[in-house]
Amino acid sequence: MAETLRYRDDEPVDHPAVTVDSFLDQSNASAVRIEPGDDARALLPHLERLALVEVNFPAFGDGRGYSSARILREAGYDGELRAVGDVLVDQLAYMRRCGFDAFEPDQQLDMDDVDAAFARWPEVYQTAADARTPIWAKRHA
Amino acid sequence: MYKYDSYDQAMVDARVEEFRDQARRRLEGKLTEDQFKPLRLMNGLYLQLHAYMLRVAIPYGTLDSRQMHALADIAEKYDRGYGHFTTRQNIQYNWIRLEEAADILADLAKVEMHAIQTSGNCIRNISSDHFAGAAADEVADPRPYAELLRQWSSFHPEFSYLPRKFKIAVIASDTDRAAMRLHDIGIQIVQNEAGELGAAFYVGGGMGRTPMIAPCINSFVPLDQLVTYSEACLRVYNRYGRRDNKYKARIKILVHELGAEEYTRQVEEEFAHLLDQGVEPPLAELERIKAYFEDPLFEAGTPETIDRSDPDFALWVDRNTVPHKEAGYVAAVISLKPVGGIPGDATAEQMRLMADLAKDYSFDELRVMHTQNVVLPHVRKADLHALWTALDEAGLGSPNLDTIEDIIACPGLDYCSLANARSIPIAQKISERFAETGKTATLGQLKLKISGCINACGHHHAGHIGILGVDRKGVENYQLLLGGSEAEDVSLAKITGPGFDENGIVDAVETVTSVYERERQDGERFLDTYRRIGMNPFKEALYG
Repeated sequence: MAETLRYRDDEPVDHPAVTVDSFLDQSNASAVRIEPGDDARALLPHLERLALVEVNFPAFGDGRGYSSARILREAGYDGELRAVGDVLVDQLAYMRRCGFDAFEPDQQLDMDDVDAAFARWPEVYQTAADARTPIWAKRHA
Repeated sequence: MYKYDSYDQAMVDARVEEFRDQARRRLEGKLTEDQFKPLRLMNGLYLQLHAYMLRVAIPYGTLDSRQMHALADIAEKYDRGYGHFTTRQNIQYNWIRLEEAADILADLAKVEMHAIQTSGNCIRNISSDHFAGAAADEVADPRPYAELLRQWSSFHPEFSYLPRKFKIAVIASDTDRAAMRLHDIGIQIVQNEAGELGAAFYVGGGMGRTPMIAPCINSFVPLDQLVTYSEACLRVYNRYGRRDNKYKARIKILVHELGAEEYTRQVEEEFAHLLDQGVEPPLAELERIKAYFEDPLFEAGTPETIDRSDPDFALWVDRNTVPHKEAGYVAAVISLKPVGGIPGDATAEQMRLMADLAKDYSFDELRVMHTQNVVLPHVRKADLHALWTALDEAGLGSPNLDTIEDIIACPGLDYCSLANARSIPIAQKISERFAETGKTATLGQLKLKISGCINACGHHHAGHIGILGVDRKGVENYQLLLGGSEAEDVSLAKITGPGFDENGIVDAVETVTSVYERERQDGERFLDTYRRIGMNPFKEALYG
């Protein structure tokens, strides 16, 4: 198992995430794992009891998890949002923009490459789930 | 035309360095080919039959002479001295080395160009009307809207791993010169009764193996919601577009399977949610972009009359120039379809000449057409003879716009690893046949489009006459289609029947044109006659 990268100050949740179906059936779970075909909006009524949402990427080319992440952040979820699975260096920066703040890749990443990936973009063109100011806002500040 | 500010330049420069790093990691073995492939595709780099191909974006088809010169330099420095203009207003180089790709991107960045998202399962280069800013029938210049969406879609964090590629076209007139309804999203800028501009959204069109015409899902999106509405369209697609089957992954399949009404309902719901998320740039940003597209300083009172005493020149004027909104001006089309040539190819020398002529005669501006020709959008009628003389000397004076010689053809099996059959030799033989017999002149407007496989890069579904190359037990075979159109009278062509071999398809094209000549009534184009009399007379002549 590769090291989990975490960009949060709080303590990690210490119990495993359950499936969305299990989560919706039981009232005490605080960690859930979303698969690509799950509807992230099913979690929205329960955000206050969630501390960890894992979004699984079985294959890096399946981009549904990016939308799941943004939908959760747009709804105000501020717990840990962790990308797990086929998470590669070249997807990290976009994942971060979509609201992920933790990464649990199947394969260990080279930390120099990770740092370079997060430092890559001097600016951004769009509003997303991070705090970055888009170029259009800077042009008309 | 649009100029980068320091922000745009910083983004393109960062992309070059990102790709340089990715290519390095690939060459060092830190990235597998499977991992590298989507990254190189999003920088326009394809692996073809013989070598890498690099597809360079020409956003909404507009470029200046400095940029065209840079394209010529790249053709000479990194390729074999020529390039190929494509049906999505891009240019492709066919003989590229991976080790040099980042250097090419760096050369492009110096002239405000790039290859960002010209391939891959992301939002592609945004195309537009090649006569934008020159056409008399537009309600606005569509290019500022395309540029706004170019910036929104570049490096989009949520929409870079879509189910499949995603193509957007923007027009602003009822006449469709950009095949708008055959795109994943076609946007028409329209004016409402109150005189306000808005955007009509057509979603779910496309060609490929399952051609579909996009339905209108919203007839008027206000301009200050354009980005938000686009974002909603894409989010519904990213979440629910099929990923189980590559051939059913385009948005047209989602819209078809859900039904346009249900897809629209989902978009509207997402849109209502996104309106509160602050994704829309202020209208001031659109105004900033619009300022770059103001008219050049047209000369008032420049002569309307053209000296037509040279018949070759007069023919070129009749065929290759189109009316302009400004008195005394035309838009002049440079045909990249010489008889027997490769449709859309231009040598570095020809590119440089086109660039210089644009500087001398067209306010330093050129356009690439989706029909693989080049336009000088603003030419004084008084300059046409000098322009034509220079073009003709360079082999660029073919008077064949919109004729049967003005063929769209994909690269086909001569270059492409997806192709089942060659396209280029068929195009060459057809243009030679019709030039020899002199029938080009009598047939009038006839749009012929050739694809070398069912992916339909040569737009065969949208040809008045379409040709589809297939593989039949190891032999190239060509199916004939009739009745397609990519214009405002959009329709999908229908197959005539059994296919033909390489020589047979050329004869078959001649046969159907003979039916048209026999049956046509006053002023009818081939397409009009086909629509009036139907398929049967053509079938009888072909197979009877």
